Formats: sequence, C-alpha cells, structure tokens
Amino acid sequence: MTTIPSDHVKPSPTSDIAFILKKAFISAAVALVLFSLMIGVRTEAGPTGQLIYWTRFDDLAAIVAAVFGGSILVEALRRWVRPIGPGTLIPAPVQSAVAQSSRFLAPALLVFALLVPVLFYNQRYILDLGILVLTYVMLGWGLNVVVGLAGLLDLGYVAFYAVGAYSYALLATSFDLSFWVCLPLAGLLAACWGVMLGFPVLRLRGDYLAIVTLAFGEIIRLVILNWQSLTGGPNGISSIPRPTLFGIPLTNDDDGLAALLGIEYSPTHRIVFLFYIILSMALLTNWVTIRLRRLPIGRAWEALREDEIACRALGINTTTTKLTAFATGAMFGGFAGAFFATRQGFISPESFTFQESALVLAIVVLGGMGSQLGVAIAALCMIGGFELFRGLDQYRMLVLGMAMVLLMIWRPRGIIGHRAPTVYLKKAEAISSDLVKEGHG
Amino acid sequence: MSDHLILSVDHLTMRFGGIVAVNDLSFAAARGQITALIGPNGAGKTTVFNCITGFYKPTSGAIRLKQQGASDIALEQLNDFRIAKLAKVARTFQNIRLFPGMTVLENLMVAQHNALMRASGLTFLGLIGAPSWRAAEKRAIDLAVVWLKRINLFDRADDAAGNLPYGDQRRLEIARAMCTEPALLCLDEPAAGLNARESAALSELLLSIRADQGTSILLIEHDMSVVMEISDHVVVMDYGVKIAEGSPQHVRDDPKVIAAYLGADEKEAISVMESGE
Repeated sequence: MTTIPSDHVKPSPTSDIAFILKKAFISAAVALVLFSLMIGVRTEAGPTGQLIYWTRFDDLAAIVAAVFGGSILVEALRRWVRPIGPGTLIPAPVQSAVAQSSRFLAPALLVFALLVPVLFYNQRYILDLGILVLTYVMLGWGLNVVVGLAGLLDLGYVAFYAVGAYSYALLATSFDLSFWVCLPLAGLLAACWGVMLGFPVLRLRGDYLAIVTLAFGEIIRLVILNWQSLTGGPNGISSIPRPTLFGIPLTNDDDGLAALLGIEYSPTHRIVFLFYIILSMALLTNWVTIRLRRLPIGRAWEALREDEIACRALGINTTTTKLTAFATGAMFGGFAGAFFATRQGFISPESFTFQESALVLAIVVLGGMGSQLGVAIAALCMIGGFELFRGLDQYRMLVLGMAMVLLMIWRPRGIIGHRAPTVYLKKAEAISSDLVKEGHG
Repeated sequence: MSDHLILSVDHLTMRFGGIVAVNDLSFAAARGQITALIGPNGAGKTTVFNCITGFYKPTSGAIRLKQQGASDIALEQLNDFRIAKLAKVARTFQNIRLFPGMTVLENLMVAQHNALMRASGLTFLGLIGAPSWRAAEKRAIDLAVVWLKRINLFDRADDAAGNLPYGDQRRLEIARAMCTEPALLCLDEPAAGLNARESAALSELLLSIRADQGTSILLIEHDMSVVMEISDHVVVMDYGVKIAEGSPQHVRDDPKVIAAYLGADEKEAISVMESGE
C-alpha cells in the first residue's frame, strides 16, 4: 500500500471529486449506523432499576461529520499528494536513523532493563510495572516458540501459566519446598501439560487447532475453579512463600538479608530482587530460544511452519517436532507462572482467564511472529503503554485498540516482520516477511 | 529377488472410494540406474509416488526397498517420515515445496535434520555448545556447500529460497533431497516448467548424481527429451495400469504407448506411425 508508485493514468479532477465524495458518504453512512447506538443513545439503570436513556444526537452528528471530513482529507491526500503511510509520514532521514539505530536497540534495551532498579529505586510503581512488563516479555517469548517459530496457533497459553503458578503454590504450601526447587518442577509440569495438549491437536490445523487450544485453556481454568479440595476453588491459594536468596529470606527478621548485611531493611529490597529474578528468567528464555533456533530442532520448527509436507518428505518426525514446540513453550509459561505466584503471594483462577492468552498472543503477533526483539518491544508497548494511558481512563482501551489497528495496517507482519536466518555463509540478510509463512496450525 | 534391484513394486492397488487410481501395478527399479515412470495426465503416476514415499497407504500390494547386505524394508507398512528416515527414500514434489522463508543454505540444513539431531544429542549437547556438535554442524554446512556448488547456487546461499527463479528452485529441491543422502531419489516431474537449456542442465545433474553418488533414481516426467536421454528403464502407465516397460527406444516405438499418448486406440496409432514413416 505504501510502495505502489502512483504513476498510472490520472483520471480527470471531476471524476476524482465524485469518487472522493462517494467514498466519504459511504464512510459517513457506516459511521452513522455504527455510532447511532453506541454514541447517539445512552442508557443507564435508574434509581428504581428501570432503564432510563437520553439521546446525544449532537455528539453523533459531530462524529459522523468528522468521519466524512476525515475520509475526504485522507482520500484527497492519497490521490493528489501521495499515499499515506509510515514511508511518507516519517521523513527519510529519521527512517534511516531508526534503521541505523535498530542494531543498538536490543543492547540498549538490555542495559536499560538492568539499570531500572537503580534509576527508579524509590519509585515502587515503576518497579512493579517493570516486573509486570518483564513477566509478559517472558510469556511472549515462550509463546513465540509455539506461534512464531512452529506456526501453531495456541489460544490457550494461559493454561500453562496457570499450571506453573498452581504447581509452585501447591508444592510450596503443602511440602514446604523452596522457590528454587519448585521453579524447575513447575516448568516440568507445565511442559507435561504442553505435551498432553499437543497429542490430541497433532492432526488439527489452523482454526481447528486454535479452537481446541482455546478450550484447553478454559478446561484448566474450570478444573482449578471447581477442584475445591486441592486448589481452593475461587478462593485461590494465599500466603504463598516468597523467594529467598540462597535460603536467606528478604524479610525484616534477624536472619533476613538486611540484618545479615548490616543495612537497614526496606521492602524495596524484595521488589528489586523480584525484578532481577524475572529479568534473568526472561533472559534465560531468550537465550534458550535463540540457541534452539540454531539447532536442528529449531530449524525443524521453522520448516514445519513453512511446509509440513516437505518436512515429512525429509524424514522429520512432525509429531515429536510439534510436541517439543508445545512442551518448550509451555515450560517457559510454567516458569513465568511460578514467578507470578511467588510475586503475588496469592493466586486465584481469576488471574488465568482467556483475556491473558489473548494479550500474550497479541504481544507475539504485534511484535512480529518469531522475532525476539519485536516481542519484547510489543510487550513494553502493550503493558507499559496501557499504563501510560491511565490518565485517559475510559478512552484507554480505545486508544490502545486504535494503535493496534494502525500498526496492523502499516506493519501487517508486526513491528519486526522480517526473519533473521539461523546460519549463513557470507552475510546474514534479513528475509522479507512476504516470503515467510505464518504457519497453518 | 536378486541384489541388483533397489525397489520392487508388486501388485500395487490404490483405491480412493470407487476410483481405482492404480490397479495391480508391478514394476521394479534397478540399483544405480534411472527408472522413468511416464504416462498421460491422470495415469496414476503421482499416486504411485505417494504410495512409495508413504504419503498414501496402498489399498493392497507390496512395495519392497532392497538393501545391500540387509533385509528388505516393506515401505507400505512405514509412515511417511520413517520412509525418508529409515529406508532413505527422498522425494521432490510436482509443485515445488521448498521452505520459501528460509535461506537456501537453511533449506539444505533442514534436510540433514536426522543426522544433526543425533549429533546435537537430541538438542541437549547442542544447547551447551559441545565441540562434537560444532564439528557436526560444520560438516553439515560443508555437505550443503558441496551441493550448492553442484547446482550452481553457491553465490545465492544466503538468499531466501522463495526469491530464487523457478529453475533454481527445482534444482535446489533436488539438492535438498540429496542432502538426506538417500538410497533412492524419487523426482516428481523435475523438468516441469523448465526451458530447453535448463532441462539439459537438469539431465546433466541427474546423470552426475547417478554416476558420482550411485543413487538410484525414480522419476516421473513429461519432458520426453529428458526421459529419452537419461533413463535406463521406462515404465509406461495409463489409467492406473502398466501398459509397457523397457528401454527408452523400445517404449518409444510401442504402439500401445503412442495410442495412450494420442488418446486413440491401438489400430489408429499404428496407422499414424506408418503414415508418419
């Protein structure tokens, strides 16, 4: 859309104007239909429970007029100036500067992440937000293995997050195991569930795969909700132990870390500690994924996304390849879940709704499927950006939705859509997203 | 059966519902030779290929891959990927099936998946970067480079496979199949869509594969110039049955074959031949 040169034969201005007006009228009509109920009529429950409503036709008229005028403006610009897009909106020097600096973006982000607790030591809110963002970065990187590399659309990723969280919570509260013992166990259990999900869906593709994974996510949540004796049902599990530093708790006790070091206790210590735990867990996920991509298993995942039949003709066991992708993704989800449980100290089924799966999937898709850096940026924008717009209160969702729509129009394959090769002879050249398949389940 | 055969197909039948795509077909392919399977469109050639390479399970019949110094492998009992993995039967596709979003080199690396998987200790040795894995990866790249040079794509090793011209994609698919180090290479219309010069290059490549690697080749082809030039043995199919078999010259002069290709009956074909001479 942005690159097509407008060197075709130009029609006469009058037919242009007629076309633009026609398009504007259609847009305005669509807007009228859409917004007449959403904006034109406002309903509320009255004091006695009855429905009261009033009309806001002036607002409706303003919106429709704005759509009409906007449509004319956009279309006129497109016809007589040049197509609108990031290529035209952003000046060329800025674009080349961005392209130049993108090489340093990943290291810069890493250094920034490492320094966040130092820079914002006294701002609890920023630290908490950082931990939240990093949790989603880790979840995004985990799901990226399944969706981005292997091309298997998984709508129930939150199930593994839940399995990890509940594994840790139950193991820690029932058997008094420490976080560092439970963490690998939680990952392992989640990986087992990944394989269990993988088996029935091996033969499914595309939409059917997505529906079954969606169902799987809901099943896990409903089991947790209803298995009162084990999981506490809707009451959840509380007083989950906090992580320790090699057995030293970060508390205000005499045997706490602060007392041992002889410094004054501050609750921020624990937050910073948690921040660095999730940062190192996320970086481990990233490192493992990058390594796996360069190993035969990772190449087989990507080959599976590109063409499953060709994989089978080359003697690749597509069954185990798919299962390892599910298991690896689930394992990272389980790690993140265990961390979530230890950070919150309390978990309940409410934290593991479909909304979470959708959010993580949105992060992967917006970031660019398969791109580690893209997923990190997308998580930062989605979670951090959502917090940034807090001042907009009710329009927050609207702004976020619009940002996503615009991004998908301009960058349909995500923020970083191209693919980096895993092995090269002379020079690693990025592969255009047009060639890379999205996978079909 | 004797040792000089690589593949024997006995009484192979494949039905799809009421349609009999392949009916009681028997033929054999000799070791180290190029066997061509030809016939008009819809004769059932690709179905035979899909049975041999495990993409279809035959309704009845036996497909045996003969190994030197080992027992035969019953291909009709193996799953798709196991045929490529255990029986070392590699194939290409009528419509090219490369991994378009991966580079040319990556395509050839994926083909060595099973060998590399073993070398990487089922990923665990590779994850810690063990020296044995590094050496194996280097050998795999070397093998890929050998094939890249043979198909004249060395300079494009780091380009996306989907960006290659059509003829190069065809050759790359053959190289990818050869990187699995197969005993039997099955090519489904490798010359389709190639121009005369590219077809000649393809013939040369296939002959060199037979000569240097000693790989047996089974080939479906419509391009008669390729078939006549390189085949040692030709099997002709029509409507799911074998109608002729023999050397290229023998088959070319068979009235039944000409009748099948012209869509006429045998008598008409003979008269056409005679009037032609």
